[in-house]
Amino acid sequence: MAVRYPEQSGAGSLHNKYLTNIRTIPGKYPDFKGLLMDFLSKNLPYFLAGVSVGGQYALIAIGYTMVYGILRLINFAHGDIFMVAGLVTIYASTVMPLYLSIPLTILVTVILGMMIERVAYKPLRNSPRMSVMISAIGVSYLLQNLALYITGGLAQVYPTIPFISNTVTIGSATTKVVTILTPILMIVLVVLLIQLINHTKIGMAMRSVSTDFETSRLMGINVNRVISMTFIIGSFLAAVGSILYFTNYPSVIPTSGGMPGLKAFVAAVFGGIGSIPGAVIGAMLIGIVENLIKGAGWTTFSDAFTFVLLIVVLLFKPTGLFGEAATDKV
Amino acid sequence: MSKDTNRAAATGNTVGTVGSVSAGWDHLGKRGDGPERNLLEVRNLKVSYGGIEAVRDISFDVPEHEIVTLIGANGAGKSSTLRSIVALEKPAGGSILFEGKELTGMGTEQIVKNGITLVPEGRRVFVNLSVYENLRMGAYLRNDDLQSDLDWVYSLFPRLKERSWQAAGTLSGGEQQMLAIARALMSRPKMIMMDEPSLGLAPIIVQEVFDIIREINRMGMTILLVEQNANMALKAADMGYVMETGRITLSGAGQDLAENPVVREAYLGKART
Repeated sequence: MAVRYPEQSGAGSLHNKYLTNIRTIPGKYPDFKGLLMDFLSKNLPYFLAGVSVGGQYALIAIGYTMVYGILRLINFAHGDIFMVAGLVTIYASTVMPLYLSIPLTILVTVILGMMIERVAYKPLRNSPRMSVMISAIGVSYLLQNLALYITGGLAQVYPTIPFISNTVTIGSATTKVVTILTPILMIVLVVLLIQLINHTKIGMAMRSVSTDFETSRLMGINVNRVISMTFIIGSFLAAVGSILYFTNYPSVIPTSGGMPGLKAFVAAVFGGIGSIPGAVIGAMLIGIVENLIKGAGWTTFSDAFTFVLLIVVLLFKPTGLFGEAATDKV
Repeated sequence: MSKDTNRAAATGNTVGTVGSVSAGWDHLGKRGDGPERNLLEVRNLKVSYGGIEAVRDISFDVPEHEIVTLIGANGAGKSSTLRSIVALEKPAGGSILFEGKELTGMGTEQIVKNGITLVPEGRRVFVNLSVYENLRMGAYLRNDDLQSDLDWVYSLFPRLKERSWQAAGTLSGGEQQMLAIARALMSRPKMIMMDEPSLGLAPIIVQEVFDIIREINRMGMTILLVEQNANMALKAADMGYVMETGRITLSGAGQDLAENPVVREAYLGKART
């Protein structure tokens, strides 16, 4: 972008010698507006992709953060639930139209999430936390291997979902509708979720259970039902996230849930695990920064950034952006 | 802030008088309405934790409209008794009858639905919820209009009304204890059990808590009270049981126990005269 203007004599030459990299209007100030526009038009596509991917991470991260908030459990199977949702869409779409297969995907994912809690976590309710976590890791491998068995290890082609796969042009960027739709849908769902948690009886019960199981029982709250509800919400959001995420990819393989799951987990930790707004903000930041790094030509380092972030957060602010201080229950 | 507010509370601001708003508390009936029956009958209750017997074969009754207290030292099995009544611990044997209905084998939610609440040891208010939300949680199983009961508990505890929108974690210890009691009242129980309501409170606040306990009892509430503060508990109680290492060793009218030389020496810190 360096534009050289005819050399001027005297003091002006020195001026030009040091400012050759900045576009200047001859004899006047640097062209800030032009620079900004250059930067924007160059990075807009990456920024949009970042917002979109961030929204998808956020939908997954909420599942991690809510389950942690209530059970103090990192649900390692969450990323694989997300992957299974992708596979369900693929298989369902081969036998039925999309307007049926998408609701079916959401339903199956919700039931799967609920069943996993019932079978793998509920029997361990009074066991040490480590046992439940190991059980979660077990479920994660179980889902991956089941998927491997069912798909035969072949990448399954993700169906093209009309409308959200259409391209739109925004300024200098050409992108899919899903890129624009994701953050909007995510924000709508998060607002609804926060309303549910803050202003309904079940939401109040969820907050009670997250502070104190035993006392919640004394209020007459069915703690198991509240926990199921948490898994239902988390899996529902993961299913929605999977539809938005896999639309951008040609196919789903059994390990497809790994990376987005891990990144959403980092987002939840970064935002302060247990906090829903924290998870959303963490996910958006990770999504945007990752894509801007790709835009700068350092694609190789974009994943590394996320995990370096995890290490830095754990070292310097383990409670994350909005996490509550780790005090034990009184 | 604690000193000043405590003093303000001590001058009688906290315990409101229950005048016209005794809204809907007729469901309990009053003392002397009819023949007194035993609301709760515990028979041969045993509770053990991995081989250690915390409660060894105890039996006692809680008559309707009365205050009954279990006193005893640390580890005597008082809390375990209360916790097993609401199924927070699984009894190893024995039976618990409430209004003639067997409670053992029921879940906590079901027992609460039957009309028993426990004000847990250490208050255990939901610190992240507002005072108002805590009260709403107390009434979790109810689907009717809460307004008259809210007005009632607010008139009983005016301080809670002032702090209605404040997170419960920001309340002082005494206020949290009041909230825990108010929250228990919101479920409209037939019987309230309290586990060490005076624990960790300034003597002046302890007095207030006991005033509240008497006030609630006057309204017809049956109360089962577990206390280490034997002096206060026996003064307030109609009936007392002394527990020692999982057994009931003495029982009698509250006043009689308070005068019993053995009890005086062991729990009231007074030498035999």
